Amino acid sequence: ELPAPLLDDKCKKEFDEDVYNHKTPESNIKMKIAWRYQLLPKMEQIGPVSSSRFGHYYDASKRMPQELIEASNWHGFFLPEKISSTLKVEPCSLTPGYTKLLQFIQNIIYEEGFDGSNPQKKQRNILRIGIQNLGSPLWGDDICCAENGGNSHSLTKFLYVLRGLLRTSLSACIITMPTHLIQNKAIIARVTTLSDIVVGLESFIGSERETNPLYKDYHGLIHIRQIPRLNNLICDESDVKDLAFKLKRKLFTIEGWRKSLWSFPNLRI
Amino acid sequence: MFVELNNLLNTTPDRAEQGKLTLLCDAKTDGSFLVHHFLSFYLKANCKVCFVALIQSFSHYSIVGQKLGVSLTMARERGQLVFLEGLKSAVDVVFQAQKEPHPLQFLREANAGNLKPLFEFVREALKPIDSGEARWTYPVLLVDDLSVLLSLGMGAVAVLDFIHYCRATVCWELKGNVVVLVHDSGDAEDEENDILLNGLSHQSHLILRAEGLATGFCRDVHGQLRILWRRPSQPTVHRDQSFTYQYKIQDKSVSFFAKGMSPAVL
Repeated sequence: ELPAPLLDDKCKKEFDEDVYNHKTPESNIKMKIAWRYQLLPKMEQIGPVSSSRFGHYYDASKRMPQELIEASNWHGFFLPEKISSTLKVEPCSLTPGYTKLLQFIQNIIYEEGFDGSNPQKKQRNILRIGIQNLGSPLWGDDICCAENGGNSHSLTKFLYVLRGLLRTSLSACIITMPTHLIQNKAIIARVTTLSDIVVGLESFIGSERETNPLYKDYHGLIHIRQIPRLNNLICDESDVKDLAFKLKRKLFTIEGWRKSLWSFPNLRI
Repeated sequence: MFVELNNLLNTTPDRAEQGKLTLLCDAKTDGSFLVHHFLSFYLKANCKVCFVALIQSFSHYSIVGQKLGVSLTMARERGQLVFLEGLKSAVDVVFQAQKEPHPLQFLREANAGNLKPLFEFVREALKPIDSGEARWTYPVLLVDDLSVLLSLGMGAVAVLDFIHYCRATVCWELKGNVVVLVHDSGDAEDEENDILLNGLSHQSHLILRAEGLATGFCRDVHGQLRILWRRPSQPTVHRDQSFTYQYKIQDKSVSFFAKGMSPAVL
């Protein structure tokens, strides 16, 4: 269900409901992002209309050609297929789903040389990891169902070990998490601390803001909850704090609310 | 280290107090600059430092350390710094069975146990060496940060026990210092974290609390620092002293000023 890449100037990218790991374009920094959203998962981003090119661009109205998918080097992880496999499970207090996912990721890192153990044969690359709906019952976790479930430490432990894998390899990871389903505020605070960058998407659909004339041109708000200070005392914090987005077929725009409105047509997430 | 912070704390690497527990705390902001300060401070004071670094990699602290005038790599090579890189160790522990007890052994256990192996690691790292004269002034334990242990399944009581044992050994027996960072989760209703924070607050000699501004983001003032001096062993003799300053973090230093006295405002 991946959108077709636009190989000329404009492309965009789409996340869908399937639970799989896929490579997402990323920068050279080892980082981990937790991204919570209340919006439907179809999201687009577009290349700039100006001359500066930044990132990869897709058209959400078209599908990625099957040949392109088959020609790419990617690994998928769909938990229902893996749960009965004979992958060796080390004793741990993580849920079996998280344990298998960690082993799967660690295996790829090792086998394909992202940790420097086997030298990468072709040009050096970065492993991009995408994990969807972490914390949901799809992963065998109950934090979305119960306020104080039995697995309360499973998710944070998973994130910690994942952080360790990312810090010790050439990889980056983006995670989406349905935090609107998690009742336990403490878990959300802990997840935030264990992440580098945290971005929240808040949809106007179904909220009182939907009818607010101030927001009539927009679909929701973006909250930059946290940005990291990596290898540094300071971080590059923007002073535009109120951000809204609008979502069209080929354009995902973020605009800041202040006296002068300005847009980021080429935001790459 | 930040010279201005030394001035506020009335201390220098040559004449710092010993046998103390310092609690670093951050609420709605990032207090890690305080960790970098104390790491470089105690290395410059020629202390033997055991750094339990749970949340960032060695290279992160090393790069910032260089901005502050210390080389963690050299300190480690000459035996002054014992560095436990939690993230890297967690990967080793979880994916491979360890032959010997590992300080983060609890990651492999189904039920929350205790932090005895971690304490043994600290004790071993800071024990005085018998041969010849002492190379280092006094031992220091630095932990960044304790709240992570709660996320890894440890109960607040187990973490408090761990600090209790560390204090007994490092502060009382070896006349050294302990510095730990705990996050203040505020209204996140994190009961375990609140227990940990309150428990440590009562035991600490000095509390440094970095807080985000109530009015939100400001380019020239990044937060405010509350300094609280306590005398836990003499609760009725002296009243606790408290000072509050605002601060701005720069590339290699942090400047402090009285509230409302930011150079940008004046």
